[in-house]
Amino acid sequence: MPLLREGDIVEIKKRFEQLANPVKLVHFTQELNLDYGREAKQLLEEVAATSDKISIEVFNFLIDKEKVAEYGVDKVPATVVRSGKDYGIRFYGLPAGYEFSNLIDAILSVSSGDSGLADETKEKLKAITQPLHLEVFVTPT
Amino acid sequence: MENEFIKADCIESIEFPDLAQKYSVYAVPRTVINESAFIEGSMPEEFFLDSILKNLGPAAGPA
Repeated sequence: MPLLREGDIVEIKKRFEQLANPVKLVHFTQELNLDYGREAKQLLEEVAATSDKISIEVFNFLIDKEKVAEYGVDKVPATVVRSGKDYGIRFYGLPAGYEFSNLIDAILSVSSGDSGLADETKEKLKAITQPLHLEVFVTPT
Repeated sequence: MENEFIKADCIESIEFPDLAQKYSVYAVPRTVINESAFIEGSMPEEFFLDSILKNLGPAAGPA
């Protein structure tokens, strides 16, 4: 049974018409003992299907250790949103509710290469010379 | 996206209760900076940025 409704798909396809560069969703999951694991993978596959510019790669958290290390993923389900470049954007958990629109926005930003932030913000961010790890906790309501 | 030093995770609290508990996440959104500082709620871009830079300290560059 599809997770995305017809109406949602139409909306998403419309937004994705503007996608410039190809986006890759790199999804990490595991077969057993993962709540929402199946749903997360299915949802991302459905999102990827809404545009030719979006592809999805699925890796097993327990087996594909090299990829896990390469992307620095430490929990699942995990989804990396990247283009030719990995900007360090990760979604952990089932991207439902509010997180879903964040996912769509991330895909659009990554594709265009433009974060959409104000110039002044961009300048200040570029001046940072130490690691900055942001973890934003959300809920699906 | 603006700096290679920056990594951003969006984490679904209900699916990762141990992590949510570790950071005492009760109200969302809660943003954790470098596993040690916190920003509560959502806010305009400039305030969010300011909060981040304050928590980073001197290495964040000129304010």
